[in-house]
Amino acid sequence: MSAITFDAISRRSLKLEARLEFLRLLRTPSFALPVLAFPVMFYLLFGVLLAKPGSALQIAHYLMATYCVFGVMAPGLFGFGAAVAIERDKGLLALRRALPAPPLNYVGAKLAMAMMFAFVIFALLSLAGALFGGVRLGLAQWGLLGVTMILGVLPFCALGLLVGSFANGQAAPAIINLIYLPMGLLSGLWFPLTLLPVMFQKLAVVWPAWHLAQLALASIGQPSSGSALVHLAYLAGITVVVGSWAARRLNRES
Amino acid sequence: MAVQSVAQLIGASKKRGGIKALDQVDLAIAAGEVYALLGSNGAGKTTAISLLLGLLRPDLGQARLFGLPPQDLAARRRIGVMLQSAGLPDTLSVAELLAQTRSYYAQPRSLADVAALAGIESLLDARYAKLSGGQQRRVQFALALCGRPELLFLDEPTVGMDTESRLQFWKTIRELVVGGCAVVLTTHYLEEAEALAQRIGVLAQGRLVAEGSLEAIRARVDQRQIRCVSRMPTEQVRAWPQVSSVQRDGDRLHIVTAEPESVLRELLAADAQLCDIEVHRAGLAEALNTITREAA
Repeated sequence: MSAITFDAISRRSLKLEARLEFLRLLRTPSFALPVLAFPVMFYLLFGVLLAKPGSALQIAHYLMATYCVFGVMAPGLFGFGAAVAIERDKGLLALRRALPAPPLNYVGAKLAMAMMFAFVIFALLSLAGALFGGVRLGLAQWGLLGVTMILGVLPFCALGLLVGSFANGQAAPAIINLIYLPMGLLSGLWFPLTLLPVMFQKLAVVWPAWHLAQLALASIGQPSSGSALVHLAYLAGITVVVGSWAARRLNRES
Repeated sequence: MAVQSVAQLIGASKKRGGIKALDQVDLAIAAGEVYALLGSNGAGKTTAISLLLGLLRPDLGQARLFGLPPQDLAARRRIGVMLQSAGLPDTLSVAELLAQTRSYYAQPRSLADVAALAGIESLLDARYAKLSGGQQRRVQFALALCGRPELLFLDEPTVGMDTESRLQFWKTIRELVVGGCAVVLTTHYLEEAEALAQRIGVLAQGRLVAEGSLEAIRARVDQRQIRCVSRMPTEQVRAWPQVSSVQRDGDRLHIVTAEPESVLRELLAADAQLCDIEVHRAGLAEALNTITREAA
Protein backbone atom coordinates (compact mmCIF):
# COMPACT_ATOMS: atom_id res chain seq x y z
CA MET A 1 0.00 0.00 0.00
CA SER A 2 1.38 3.40 -0.93
CA ALA A 3 1.29 6.09 1.72
CA ILE A 4 -2.10 7.75 2.01
CA THR A 5 -1.94 11.41 1.12
CA PHE A 6 -3.95 13.98 3.05
CA ASP A 7 -2.53 17.30 1.95
CA ALA A 8 -3.88 20.86 1.63
CA ILE A 9 -5.77 19.98 -1.56
CA SER A 10 -7.40 17.01 0.17
CA ARG A 11 -8.48 19.11 3.16
CA ARG A 12 -9.99 21.84 1.00
CA SER A 13 -11.69 19.26 -1.17
CA LEU A 14 -13.09 17.39 1.84
CA LYS A 15 -15.07 20.43 2.99
CA LEU A 16 -16.69 20.78 -0.42
CA GLU A 17 -17.29 17.05 -0.80
CA ALA A 18 -18.95 16.79 2.61
CA ARG A 19 -21.32 19.64 1.71
CA LEU A 20 -22.12 18.08 -1.68
CA GLU A 21 -22.66 14.64 -0.13
CA PHE A 22 -25.14 16.19 2.33
CA LEU A 23 -26.89 18.08 -0.50
CA ARG A 24 -26.98 14.98 -2.68
CA LEU A 25 -28.85 12.98 -0.04
CA LEU A 26 -31.03 15.90 1.01
CA ARG A 27 -32.20 16.05 -2.62
CA THR A 28 -32.93 12.31 -2.67
CA PRO A 29 -36.48 12.07 -1.31
CA SER A 30 -36.35 8.31 -0.82
CA PHE A 31 -33.52 8.90 1.65
CA ALA A 32 -34.18 12.31 3.19
CA LEU A 33 -37.90 11.90 3.85
CA PRO A 34 -37.82 8.71 5.92
CA VAL A 35 -34.57 9.64 7.64
CA LEU A 36 -35.68 13.10 8.72
CA ALA A 37 -39.44 12.71 9.08
CA PHE A 38 -40.03 9.22 10.47
CA PRO A 39 -38.31 9.56 13.86
CA VAL A 40 -40.14 12.84 14.57
CA MET A 41 -43.47 11.46 13.34
CA PHE A 42 -43.18 8.28 15.42
CA TYR A 43 -42.06 10.30 18.41
CA LEU A 44 -45.02 12.68 18.16
CA LEU A 45 -47.40 9.74 17.76
CA PHE A 46 -46.10 7.37 20.45
CA GLY A 47 -44.23 9.74 22.73
CA VAL A 48 -46.71 12.62 22.78
CA LEU A 49 -50.17 11.82 21.40
CA LEU A 50 -50.61 8.26 22.64
CA ALA A 51 -48.56 8.58 25.83
CA LYS A 52 -50.56 7.97 29.01
CA PRO A 53 -49.97 10.85 31.39
CA GLY A 54 -48.84 10.06 34.90
CA SER A 55 -47.07 6.79 34.12
CA ALA A 56 -44.00 5.99 36.19
CA LEU A 57 -41.77 6.39 33.18
CA GLN A 58 -41.29 9.82 31.63
CA ILE A 59 -42.37 8.59 28.20
CA ALA A 60 -41.79 11.85 26.35
CA HIS A 61 -38.23 11.97 27.73
CA TYR A 62 -37.46 8.30 27.24
CA LEU A 63 -38.71 8.14 23.66
CA MET A 64 -37.07 11.42 22.69
CA ALA A 65 -33.71 9.87 23.54
CA THR A 66 -34.42 6.49 21.96
CA TYR A 67 -35.96 7.92 18.77
CA CYS A 68 -32.82 10.05 18.46
CA VAL A 69 -30.87 6.77 18.42
CA PHE A 70 -33.32 5.24 15.96
CA GLY A 71 -32.93 8.37 13.82
CA VAL A 72 -29.14 8.47 13.71
CA MET A 73 -28.89 4.79 12.80
CA ALA A 74 -30.34 5.56 9.37
CA PRO A 75 -27.78 7.98 7.88
CA GLY A 76 -25.02 5.62 9.04
CA LEU A 77 -26.59 2.43 7.74
CA PHE A 78 -28.29 3.75 4.59
CA GLY A 79 -26.25 6.86 3.74
CA PHE A 80 -23.09 4.81 4.09
CA GLY A 81 -23.97 1.20 3.47
CA ALA A 82 -26.49 1.35 0.68
CA ALA A 83 -24.72 4.29 -0.98
CA VAL A 84 -21.32 2.57 -1.03
CA ALA A 85 -22.79 -0.57 -2.59
CA ILE A 86 -24.72 1.39 -5.22
CA GLU A 87 -21.82 3.67 -6.07
CA ARG A 88 -19.44 0.74 -6.41
CA ASP A 89 -21.88 -0.98 -8.80
CA LYS A 90 -22.23 2.16 -10.92
CA GLY A 91 -18.48 2.60 -11.27
CA LEU A 92 -18.18 5.80 -9.24
CA LEU A 93 -15.59 4.27 -6.92
CA ALA A 94 -13.38 3.34 -9.88
CA LEU A 95 -13.78 6.81 -11.39
CA ARG A 96 -12.94 8.50 -8.08
CA ARG A 97 -9.80 6.41 -7.76
CA ALA A 98 -8.78 7.12 -11.34
CA LEU A 99 -9.51 10.82 -11.05
CA PRO A 100 -7.21 11.79 -8.32
CA ALA A 101 -9.95 12.11 -5.71
CA PRO A 102 -8.09 12.20 -2.38
CA PRO A 103 -8.42 8.61 -1.11
CA LEU A 104 -9.67 9.40 2.40
CA ASN A 105 -12.28 11.88 1.22
CA TYR A 106 -14.81 9.35 0.01
CA VAL A 107 -15.27 7.96 3.49
CA GLY A 108 -14.48 11.32 5.10
CA ALA A 109 -17.23 13.16 3.22
CA LYS A 110 -19.73 10.43 4.01
CA LEU A 111 -18.80 10.51 7.72
CA ALA A 112 -19.31 14.27 7.79
CA MET A 113 -22.63 13.87 5.97
CA ALA A 114 -23.82 11.27 8.47
CA MET A 115 -22.83 13.51 11.39
CA MET A 116 -24.66 16.47 9.83
CA PHE A 117 -27.80 14.37 9.40
CA ALA A 118 -27.40 13.13 12.98
CA PHE A 119 -27.32 16.71 14.21
CA VAL A 120 -30.43 17.65 12.19
CA ILE A 121 -32.31 14.59 13.52
CA PHE A 122 -31.27 15.45 17.08
CA ALA A 123 -32.38 19.07 16.56
CA LEU A 124 -35.77 18.08 15.13
CA LEU A 125 -36.50 15.61 17.94
CA SER A 126 -35.34 18.08 20.58
CA LEU A 127 -37.68 20.71 19.17
CA ALA A 128 -40.55 18.23 19.09
CA GLY A 129 -39.78 17.12 22.64
CA ALA A 130 -39.48 20.64 24.03
CA LEU A 131 -42.49 22.10 22.18
CA PHE A 132 -44.97 19.20 22.28
CA GLY A 133 -43.65 16.64 24.78
CA GLY A 134 -42.97 19.00 27.66
CA VAL A 135 -39.34 17.88 27.81
CA ARG A 136 -37.33 20.22 30.02
CA LEU A 137 -33.56 19.74 30.24
CA GLY A 138 -30.57 21.73 31.36
CA LEU A 139 -28.31 23.22 28.71
CA ALA A 140 -25.55 20.70 29.58
CA GLN A 141 -27.99 17.80 29.13
CA TRP A 142 -29.12 19.04 25.70
CA GLY A 143 -25.48 19.48 24.73
CA LEU A 144 -24.48 16.03 25.97
CA LEU A 145 -27.37 14.37 24.11
CA GLY A 146 -26.38 16.23 20.93
CA VAL A 147 -22.74 15.20 21.15
CA THR A 148 -23.77 11.60 21.94
CA MET A 149 -25.90 11.54 18.80
CA ILE A 150 -23.32 13.15 16.51
CA LEU A 151 -20.63 10.68 17.59
CA GLY A 152 -23.15 7.86 18.00
CA VAL A 153 -23.64 7.72 14.27
CA LEU A 154 -20.10 6.34 13.80
CA PRO A 155 -20.61 2.66 14.72
CA PHE A 156 -23.58 2.56 12.33
CA CYS A 157 -21.43 4.08 9.60
CA ALA A 158 -18.99 1.23 10.15
CA LEU A 159 -21.76 -1.40 10.04
CA GLY A 160 -23.21 0.20 6.91
CA LEU A 161 -19.80 0.28 5.27
CA LEU A 162 -19.32 -3.41 6.00
CA VAL A 163 -22.67 -4.32 4.41
CA GLY A 164 -21.79 -2.06 1.46
CA SER A 165 -18.48 -3.85 1.01
CA PHE A 166 -20.22 -7.24 0.78
CA ALA A 167 -23.56 -6.66 -0.92
CA ASN A 168 -24.35 -5.23 -4.33
CA GLY A 169 -26.46 -2.11 -4.80
CA GLN A 170 -29.73 -3.99 -5.07
CA ALA A 171 -29.27 -6.26 -2.08
CA ALA A 172 -27.73 -3.73 0.29
CA PRO A 173 -30.89 -1.70 1.13
CA ALA A 174 -32.81 -4.91 1.88
CA ILE A 175 -30.04 -6.30 4.07
CA ILE A 176 -29.76 -3.01 5.91
CA ASN A 177 -33.49 -2.91 6.57
CA LEU A 178 -33.14 -6.38 8.07
CA ILE A 179 -30.54 -4.98 10.46
CA TYR A 180 -32.14 -1.58 11.08
CA LEU A 181 -35.69 -2.43 12.09
CA PRO A 182 -35.11 -5.55 14.23
CA MET A 183 -32.17 -3.91 15.99
CA GLY A 184 -34.34 -0.88 16.73
CA LEU A 185 -37.03 -3.07 18.26
CA LEU A 186 -34.66 -5.36 20.18
CA SER A 187 -32.69 -2.43 21.59
CA GLY A 188 -35.78 -0.93 23.20
CA LEU A 189 -35.92 2.11 20.95
CA TRP A 190 -39.70 1.95 20.40
CA PHE A 191 -40.72 0.79 23.89
CA PRO A 192 -38.81 -0.29 26.99
CA LEU A 193 -37.29 -3.76 26.80
CA THR A 194 -39.09 -4.77 30.01
CA LEU A 195 -42.14 -5.30 27.79
CA LEU A 196 -40.26 -8.05 25.90
CA PRO A 197 -39.42 -11.58 27.13
CA VAL A 198 -36.34 -11.82 29.40
CA MET A 199 -34.35 -13.56 26.66
CA PHE A 200 -34.50 -10.44 24.51
CA GLN A 201 -33.55 -8.23 27.45
CA LYS A 202 -30.42 -10.35 27.96
CA LEU A 203 -29.62 -10.35 24.25
CA ALA A 204 -29.73 -6.54 24.11
CA VAL A 205 -26.08 -6.15 25.19
CA VAL A 206 -25.11 -7.37 21.71
CA TRP A 207 -26.75 -4.48 19.86
CA PRO A 208 -24.79 -1.26 19.42
CA ALA A 209 -28.11 0.60 19.31
CA TRP A 210 -28.89 -0.58 22.85
CA HIS A 211 -25.55 0.72 24.13
CA LEU A 212 -26.07 4.06 22.40
CA ALA A 213 -29.61 4.27 23.82
CA GLN A 214 -28.26 3.72 27.37
CA LEU A 215 -25.79 6.55 26.83
CA ALA A 216 -28.54 8.80 25.43
CA LEU A 217 -30.86 8.05 28.36
CA ALA A 218 -28.09 8.64 30.89
CA SER A 219 -27.15 11.93 29.25
CA ILE A 220 -30.61 13.37 29.93
CA GLY A 221 -30.92 11.91 33.43
CA GLN A 222 -33.27 9.03 32.58
CA PRO A 223 -32.80 5.60 34.16
CA SER A 224 -30.36 3.46 32.15
CA SER A 225 -28.51 0.16 32.50
CA GLY A 226 -24.81 -0.54 32.64
CA SER A 227 -21.84 1.77 32.93
CA ALA A 228 -21.22 4.58 30.47
CA LEU A 229 -17.58 3.54 30.11
CA VAL A 230 -18.53 0.02 29.02
CA HIS A 231 -21.04 1.41 26.49
CA LEU A 232 -18.44 3.79 25.10
CA ALA A 233 -15.82 1.06 24.88
CA TYR A 234 -18.24 -1.30 23.12
CA LEU A 235 -19.29 1.32 20.57
CA ALA A 236 -15.72 2.43 19.93
CA GLY A 237 -14.66 -1.21 19.56
CA ILE A 238 -17.44 -1.92 17.02
CA THR A 239 -16.49 1.21 15.06
CA VAL A 240 -12.80 0.33 14.86
CA VAL A 241 -13.09 -3.41 14.27
CA VAL A 242 -15.99 -3.36 11.82
CA GLY A 243 -14.79 -0.17 10.13
CA SER A 244 -11.28 -1.48 9.46
CA TRP A 245 -12.65 -4.81 8.26
CA ALA A 246 -14.86 -2.94 5.77
CA ALA A 247 -12.04 -0.63 4.70
CA ARG A 248 -9.78 -3.62 4.00
CA ARG A 249 -12.47 -5.20 1.87
CA LEU A 250 -13.09 -2.01 -0.08
CA ASN A 251 -9.39 -1.45 -0.74
CA ARG A 252 -8.99 -4.89 -2.24
CA GLU A 253 -8.99 -4.67 -5.99
CA SER A 254 -11.81 -6.43 -7.76
CA MET B 1 12.95 7.54 -25.04
CA ALA B 2 11.82 6.07 -21.72
CA VAL B 3 12.06 9.50 -20.14
CA GLN B 4 9.69 10.88 -22.75
CA SER B 5 6.90 8.38 -22.19
CA VAL B 6 4.02 9.58 -20.04
CA ALA B 7 2.44 6.16 -19.57
CA GLN B 8 4.00 2.74 -19.87
CA LEU B 9 3.29 -0.95 -19.50
CA ILE B 10 6.41 -3.07 -19.14
CA GLY B 11 5.90 -6.79 -19.67
CA ALA B 12 2.55 -6.46 -17.94
CA SER B 13 0.41 -9.55 -17.38
CA LYS B 14 -2.88 -9.71 -15.54
CA LYS B 15 -5.24 -12.61 -14.90
CA ARG B 16 -8.93 -11.88 -14.44
CA GLY B 17 -11.36 -14.63 -13.63
CA GLY B 18 -8.76 -17.32 -14.39
CA ILE B 19 -8.16 -15.98 -17.91
CA LYS B 20 -5.05 -14.14 -19.04
CA ALA B 21 -6.69 -10.79 -19.73
CA LEU B 22 -3.31 -9.27 -20.52
CA ASP B 23 -0.23 -11.26 -21.50
CA GLN B 24 3.21 -9.63 -21.36
CA VAL B 25 2.19 -6.37 -22.94
CA ASP B 26 4.76 -3.65 -23.55
CA LEU B 27 3.51 -0.27 -24.60
CA ALA B 28 4.61 3.30 -24.13
CA ILE B 29 2.74 6.50 -24.80
CA ALA B 30 4.91 9.49 -25.65
CA ALA B 31 4.22 13.03 -24.46
CA GLY B 32 1.73 14.79 -26.71
CA GLU B 33 0.72 11.84 -28.87
CA VAL B 34 -2.70 10.30 -29.46
CA TYR B 35 -2.57 6.54 -29.01
CA ALA B 36 -5.59 4.43 -29.89
CA LEU B 37 -5.98 1.01 -28.32
CA LEU B 38 -8.16 -1.17 -30.51
CA GLY B 39 -9.45 -4.69 -30.24
CA SER B 40 -12.64 -6.66 -29.92
CA ASN B 41 -14.56 -7.04 -26.66
CA GLY B 42 -12.54 -9.03 -24.17
CA ALA B 43 -9.25 -8.32 -25.98
CA GLY B 44 -7.84 -6.62 -22.88
CA LYS B 45 -8.37 -2.91 -23.60
CA THR B 46 -10.10 -2.13 -20.33
CA THR B 47 -7.59 -4.20 -18.36
CA ALA B 48 -4.71 -2.30 -20.00
CA ILE B 49 -6.34 1.05 -19.13
CA SER B 50 -7.09 -0.13 -15.59
CA LEU B 51 -3.42 -1.04 -15.07
CA LEU B 52 -2.25 2.33 -16.39
CA LEU B 53 -4.73 4.10 -14.10
CA GLY B 54 -3.71 2.08 -11.07
CA LEU B 55 -7.20 0.58 -10.67
CA LEU B 56 -5.58 -2.84 -11.02
CA ARG B 57 -2.04 -4.01 -10.30
CA PRO B 58 -0.22 -6.24 -12.77
CA ASP B 59 0.50 -9.83 -11.69
CA LEU B 60 3.79 -9.61 -13.58
CA GLY B 61 5.68 -6.66 -15.02
CA GLN B 62 4.80 -3.12 -14.17
CA ALA B 63 2.75 -0.06 -15.03
CA ARG B 64 4.13 3.48 -14.94
CA LEU B 65 2.54 6.92 -15.10
CA PHE B 66 5.04 9.75 -15.61
CA GLY B 67 7.67 7.30 -14.38
CA LEU B 68 5.81 6.71 -11.09
CA PRO B 69 3.57 3.89 -9.92
CA PRO B 70 0.04 4.77 -11.10
CA GLN B 71 -1.24 4.53 -7.51
CA ASP B 72 0.82 7.62 -6.71
CA LEU B 73 -1.48 10.60 -6.28
CA ALA B 74 1.20 12.93 -7.67
CA ALA B 75 1.14 11.00 -10.96
CA ARG B 76 -2.63 10.84 -11.17
CA ARG B 77 -2.97 14.58 -10.56
CA ARG B 78 -1.44 15.03 -14.03
CA ILE B 79 -4.09 12.97 -15.85
CA GLY B 80 -7.74 13.31 -16.82
CA VAL B 81 -10.06 10.33 -17.07
CA MET B 82 -13.27 9.47 -18.84
CA LEU B 83 -14.31 5.89 -18.11
CA GLN B 84 -17.07 3.89 -19.75
CA SER B 85 -19.38 4.25 -16.80
CA ALA B 86 -19.23 7.13 -14.38
CA GLY B 87 -22.13 6.66 -11.93
CA LEU B 88 -22.00 10.32 -10.97
CA PRO B 89 -24.39 11.53 -8.25
CA ASP B 90 -27.67 12.18 -10.07
CA THR B 91 -29.02 14.86 -7.79
CA LEU B 92 -26.07 17.24 -8.07
CA SER B 93 -25.96 19.99 -10.69
CA VAL B 94 -23.36 20.06 -13.44
CA ALA B 95 -21.70 23.09 -11.83
CA GLU B 96 -21.50 21.25 -8.49
CA LEU B 97 -19.95 18.19 -10.13
CA LEU B 98 -17.38 20.37 -11.85
CA ALA B 99 -16.59 22.18 -8.60
CA GLN B 100 -16.10 18.81 -6.91
CA THR B 101 -13.64 17.51 -9.49
CA ARG B 102 -11.83 20.88 -9.73
CA SER B 103 -11.22 20.64 -5.97
CA TYR B 104 -8.96 17.60 -6.57
CA TYR B 105 -6.28 19.71 -8.26
CA ALA B 106 -3.87 22.40 -7.11
CA GLN B 107 -4.43 24.61 -10.16
CA PRO B 108 -7.59 23.51 -11.90
CA ARG B 109 -8.81 24.87 -15.21
CA SER B 110 -11.40 27.63 -14.68
CA LEU B 111 -15.05 26.60 -14.64
CA ALA B 112 -15.74 28.79 -17.69
CA ASP B 113 -12.88 27.24 -19.70
CA VAL B 114 -13.91 23.69 -18.85
CA ALA B 115 -17.53 24.38 -19.77
CA ALA B 116 -16.53 26.03 -23.06
CA LEU B 117 -14.15 23.21 -24.04
CA ALA B 118 -16.77 20.54 -23.43
CA GLY B 119 -19.61 22.64 -24.86
CA ILE B 120 -21.75 22.50 -21.73
CA GLU B 121 -22.11 26.21 -20.87
CA SER B 122 -25.91 25.98 -21.06
CA LEU B 123 -26.09 22.90 -18.82
CA LEU B 124 -24.29 24.18 -15.72
CA ASP B 125 -27.41 24.66 -13.58
CA ALA B 126 -29.10 21.44 -14.67
CA ARG B 127 -29.24 18.40 -12.43
CA TYR B 128 -27.12 15.58 -13.85
CA ALA B 129 -30.09 13.17 -13.84
CA LYS B 130 -32.06 15.47 -16.17
CA LEU B 131 -29.46 15.34 -18.97
CA SER B 132 -29.59 13.15 -22.06
CA GLY B 133 -27.04 10.37 -22.48
CA GLY B 134 -24.96 12.45 -24.88
CA GLN B 135 -25.05 15.47 -22.55
CA GLN B 136 -23.96 13.32 -19.60
CA ARG B 137 -21.06 12.07 -21.71
CA ARG B 138 -20.00 15.68 -22.39
CA VAL B 139 -20.15 16.44 -18.66
CA GLN B 140 -17.92 13.41 -18.01
CA PHE B 141 -15.53 14.77 -20.63
CA ALA B 142 -15.59 18.16 -18.87
CA LEU B 143 -14.63 16.43 -15.59
CA ALA B 144 -11.66 14.85 -17.37
CA LEU B 145 -10.43 18.32 -18.38
CA CYS B 146 -10.66 19.93 -14.92
CA GLY B 147 -7.05 19.29 -13.94
CA ARG B 148 -5.33 20.65 -17.10
CA PRO B 149 -4.22 17.07 -17.81
CA GLU B 150 -0.98 16.26 -19.60
CA LEU B 151 -2.48 12.88 -20.39
CA LEU B 152 -6.13 12.09 -21.07
CA PHE B 153 -7.59 8.59 -20.81
CA LEU B 154 -10.72 8.24 -22.91
CA ASP B 155 -12.44 4.84 -22.70
CA GLU B 156 -15.04 4.63 -25.47
CA PRO B 157 -15.67 8.38 -25.18
CA THR B 158 -18.25 9.01 -27.89
CA VAL B 159 -20.65 6.14 -27.23
CA GLY B 160 -24.09 7.73 -26.98
CA MET B 161 -23.09 10.98 -28.70
CA ASP B 162 -24.82 12.13 -31.88
CA THR B 163 -22.75 12.86 -34.99
CA GLU B 164 -22.55 16.59 -34.37
CA SER B 165 -21.40 16.16 -30.75
CA ARG B 166 -18.87 13.62 -31.90
CA LEU B 167 -17.35 16.00 -34.48
CA GLN B 168 -17.27 18.76 -31.87
CA PHE B 169 -15.63 16.34 -29.45
CA TRP B 170 -12.93 15.39 -31.99
CA LYS B 171 -12.26 19.07 -32.65
CA THR B 172 -11.75 19.71 -28.94
CA ILE B 173 -9.40 16.73 -28.63
CA ARG B 174 -7.31 18.05 -31.53
CA GLU B 175 -7.10 21.47 -29.84
CA LEU B 176 -5.94 19.84 -26.60
CA VAL B 177 -3.34 17.79 -28.46
CA VAL B 178 -2.03 20.96 -30.12
CA GLY B 179 -1.70 22.29 -26.57
CA GLY B 180 0.59 19.36 -25.72
CA CYS B 181 -1.86 16.91 -24.13
CA ALA B 182 -1.31 13.20 -24.81
CA VAL B 183 -4.35 10.96 -25.24
CA VAL B 184 -4.94 7.25 -24.73
CA LEU B 185 -8.12 6.32 -26.52
CA THR B 186 -10.08 3.09 -26.72
CA THR B 187 -12.87 2.98 -29.21
CA HIS B 188 -15.12 0.74 -31.24
CA TYR B 189 -15.52 3.44 -33.87
CA LEU B 190 -12.69 2.94 -36.33
CA GLU B 191 -13.32 6.32 -37.92
CA GLU B 192 -12.61 7.78 -34.50
CA ALA B 193 -9.18 6.16 -34.39
CA GLU B 194 -8.58 7.22 -38.00
CA ALA B 195 -9.64 10.79 -37.21
CA LEU B 196 -7.57 11.24 -34.07
CA ALA B 197 -4.80 8.73 -33.55
CA GLN B 198 -1.18 9.05 -34.55
CA ARG B 199 -0.36 5.57 -33.28
CA ILE B 200 -2.47 2.47 -32.92
CA GLY B 201 -2.04 -0.61 -30.80
CA VAL B 202 -4.12 -3.69 -31.55
CA LEU B 203 -4.93 -6.09 -28.73
CA ALA B 204 -6.15 -9.62 -29.34
CA GLN B 205 -6.62 -12.15 -26.54
CA GLY B 206 -4.54 -10.08 -24.17
CA ARG B 207 -1.55 -9.69 -26.46
CA LEU B 208 -0.42 -6.63 -28.35
CA VAL B 209 -0.47 -8.13 -31.84
CA ALA B 210 0.29 -5.00 -33.83
CA GLU B 211 1.47 -1.51 -33.11
CA GLY B 212 2.38 1.39 -35.33
CA SER B 213 1.13 4.41 -37.23
CA LEU B 214 -2.23 4.31 -38.95
CA GLU B 215 -0.41 3.79 -42.27
CA ALA B 216 1.78 1.04 -40.89
CA ILE B 217 -1.22 -0.85 -39.54
CA ARG B 218 -3.04 -0.52 -42.83
CA ALA B 219 0.09 -1.63 -44.69
CA ARG B 220 0.22 -4.81 -42.59
CA VAL B 221 -2.58 -5.89 -44.81
CA ASP B 222 -1.34 -5.91 -48.40
CA GLN B 223 -4.72 -6.80 -49.85
CA ARG B 224 -6.45 -4.39 -52.23
CA GLN B 225 -10.06 -4.28 -53.19
CA ILE B 226 -11.06 -3.87 -56.86
CA ARG B 227 -14.59 -2.88 -57.74
CA CYS B 228 -15.85 -2.68 -61.28
CA VAL B 229 -18.92 -3.10 -63.47
CA SER B 230 -18.50 -6.30 -65.45
CA ARG B 231 -20.53 -9.23 -66.72
CA MET B 232 -17.73 -11.72 -66.18
CA PRO B 233 -18.91 -14.87 -64.35
CA THR B 234 -17.57 -14.94 -60.76
CA GLU B 235 -16.39 -18.55 -61.15
CA GLN B 236 -14.06 -17.54 -63.98
CA VAL B 237 -12.49 -14.70 -61.92
CA ARG B 238 -12.23 -16.86 -58.83
CA ALA B 239 -10.20 -19.39 -60.83
CA TRP B 240 -7.34 -16.87 -61.31
CA PRO B 241 -4.53 -17.72 -58.88
CA GLN B 242 -3.88 -14.12 -57.64
CA VAL B 243 -7.51 -13.60 -56.55
CA SER B 244 -8.33 -14.14 -52.87
CA SER B 245 -12.09 -13.68 -53.12
CA VAL B 246 -14.83 -12.49 -55.46
CA GLN B 247 -18.36 -11.33 -54.80
CA ARG B 248 -21.08 -10.10 -57.14
CA ASP B 249 -23.34 -7.23 -56.11
CA GLY B 250 -25.80 -6.57 -58.96
CA ASP B 251 -23.72 -5.72 -62.00
CA ARG B 252 -20.65 -5.02 -59.86
CA LEU B 253 -17.80 -7.32 -59.01
CA HIS B 254 -15.87 -6.99 -55.73
CA ILE B 255 -12.46 -8.63 -56.00
CA VAL B 256 -9.91 -8.88 -53.18
CA THR B 257 -6.34 -9.52 -54.23
CA ALA B 258 -2.74 -9.04 -53.21
CA GLU B 259 -1.72 -8.27 -56.82
CA PRO B 260 -4.18 -5.72 -58.20
CA GLU B 261 -2.08 -4.82 -61.23
CA SER B 262 -2.03 -8.30 -62.76
CA VAL B 263 -5.72 -8.92 -61.94
CA LEU B 264 -6.63 -5.64 -63.66
CA ARG B 265 -4.64 -6.61 -66.75
CA GLU B 266 -6.51 -9.93 -66.95
CA LEU B 267 -9.87 -8.25 -66.33
CA LEU B 268 -9.36 -5.65 -69.05
CA ALA B 269 -8.22 -8.32 -71.49
CA ALA B 270 -11.15 -10.63 -70.74
CA ASP B 271 -14.02 -8.09 -70.71
CA ALA B 272 -14.10 -5.28 -73.28
CA GLN B 273 -17.16 -3.72 -71.64
CA LEU B 274 -15.48 -3.45 -68.21
CA CYS B 275 -15.97 0.04 -66.70
CA ASP B 276 -16.16 2.06 -63.47
CA ILE B 277 -12.95 0.65 -61.96
CA GLU B 278 -12.03 1.52 -58.37
CA VAL B 279 -9.02 0.18 -56.45
CA HIS B 280 -8.84 0.62 -52.68
CA ARG B 281 -6.22 -0.17 -50.11
CA ALA B 282 -7.90 -2.03 -47.29
CA GLY B 283 -9.38 0.24 -44.60
CA LEU B 284 -8.54 0.06 -40.93
CA ALA B 285 -11.50 -2.25 -40.39
CA GLU B 286 -10.22 -4.83 -42.89
CA ALA B 287 -6.70 -4.45 -41.52
CA LEU B 288 -7.90 -5.13 -37.97
CA ASN B 289 -9.94 -8.11 -39.03
CA THR B 290 -6.96 -9.63 -40.77
CA ILE B 291 -4.53 -8.90 -37.93
CA THR B 292 -6.89 -10.28 -35.31
CA ARG B 293 -7.62 -13.37 -37.40
CA GLU B 294 -3.92 -14.05 -37.90
CA ALA B 295 -3.33 -13.70 -34.15
CA ALA B 296 -6.06 -16.17 -33.26
